[in-house]
Amino acid sequence: MVLVVTIATGLVTDSLLRRVVPLPEGSLSRYLLFGLIVAGTLLFYLQLRAKALSPALIEARLQALQARIRPHFLFNTINAVLSLVRAEPKRAEHALEDLADLFRVLMSDNRDLVPLADEVLLCRQYLALESLRLGDRLRLEWHLNSMPGDALVPPLVLQPLLENAVYHGIEPSSEPGVVSINIFAKDGQVHAILRNPYRVDGGRHHAGNKMAFANVRERLALHFDAEGSLQARVKDASYEVHIRMPYRPAGDRA
Amino acid sequence: MTEAPLRVLIVDDEAPARRRLHQLLDDCADAFPLAIVGEAANGREALELLHVVAADLVLTDIHMPDMDGLELARHVLKLPHPPVVIFTTAYQEHALDAFEVNAIDYLVKPVRVPRLLAALQKVPKLKPVPAAKLDLLPAGARRFLSITERARVMLVPVDDIAYLKAELKYVTIRTVQREYLLEESLTHLEEEFGPRFVRVHRNCLVARDFIKGFERRVSDDGDAHWEVLLRDIAESLPVSRRQQFIVREIGRIATD
Repeated sequence: MVLVVTIATGLVTDSLLRRVVPLPEGSLSRYLLFGLIVAGTLLFYLQLRAKALSPALIEARLQALQARIRPHFLFNTINAVLSLVRAEPKRAEHALEDLADLFRVLMSDNRDLVPLADEVLLCRQYLALESLRLGDRLRLEWHLNSMPGDALVPPLVLQPLLENAVYHGIEPSSEPGVVSINIFAKDGQVHAILRNPYRVDGGRHHAGNKMAFANVRERLALHFDAEGSLQARVKDASYEVHIRMPYRPAGDRA
Repeated sequence: MTEAPLRVLIVDDEAPARRRLHQLLDDCADAFPLAIVGEAANGREALELLHVVAADLVLTDIHMPDMDGLELARHVLKLPHPPVVIFTTAYQEHALDAFEVNAIDYLVKPVRVPRLLAALQKVPKLKPVPAAKLDLLPAGARRFLSITERARVMLVPVDDIAYLKAELKYVTIRTVQREYLLEESLTHLEEEFGPRFVRVHRNCLVARDFIKGFERRVSDDGDAHWEVLLRDIAESLPVSRRQQFIVREIGRIATD
């Protein structure tokens, strides 16, 4: 809406200016033509905006924003599971079950909100698979005591960000690193704060970050408009991602 | 002719991936005599290990912390008896096109026994991939430069290098502690490390991080020129007339 107003004001001022500053051959037809262009542009813009916000298009956009896991995660994980089959078949079974659950969500149609507890469970399964590959290098800290498990959130709102945390914060180093997950509710909002070690040298492959951020940001906006946000910053040698969402409990259908 | 078993070193930062390769090599052992001489979690560890145990083949992952597989392949060439290197990777990226084009062998994880066996059988006839060919692969800049000293490959962290100076056939590497001689071209090093080093003279690249400031010097014949002053090293290097613009470009920042 802000944009419409800005454009409209811009056009009005422009036309006013033209009135004040005498045009060389200020014929009536000229004004008419100008007015027509202004009106036409405005109409076209309004129509475009109405279209952009139609439920069908939001649905389509959400579908297009389907989160994508890095292929290297899939193949490395399968390879890790293969290594377990002979010696630790039980662990291999468990890992394949986690992988199946993760891919069921990754490949499903994720347009509807899900309870936060479900998303967190999925993150635990995903991280269990990463731990299988990375062993002691991946240390996890969960702070979920004040987590509202019933809050409705976009599916895969956290998993891609944790995938980034592992890829950029843990994989580039031989030393162990901590990924911490802190989720709580405050003043009618749900906050999720994810941290991972910040590797200066991680610049070798930083482009992937932006894609996941843009994806989650857009989905937050489509579901929650201005009430949802994602912010990232470097703080005390760690990389911190902060997500805010409105607290809308499941069963509290509006 | 009975051949000695092929000595294999496994390198991967993920323990399960090492274990899997170990299993697969065991599966191949009946059809092809081999011995696993060790396992390492990154290129650096692998190089250390290769000083202690001899290997004919290094099976290394490409992406690893500390030193990746491509860099390992470069340093391995400095060993007295360089092993053949075959790369392993989990995902067939575009990056691998360069391997195909240059006929550099790699295995895609998960690896299958017949494919691994085929690769092993070729090894006795293979020569190590030369540096010139490795240069054609889409690798990042090395983290270390390597020098052979008393049959050992010494690694000099690129972060520790104050300057690189070309002298006849060699390039002198200067760190705070000492100097090393490297058999590479300065132009090549400049291309590889890009903005980390700045050319102050036709024969000299200085690490930006080591530049303390610049000083105007007048020589006996009355000509004046700029000298680069270095952090932690009581030495200065002349800036050529042609490269004088860098004094203005960096000078102010460094002396502040």
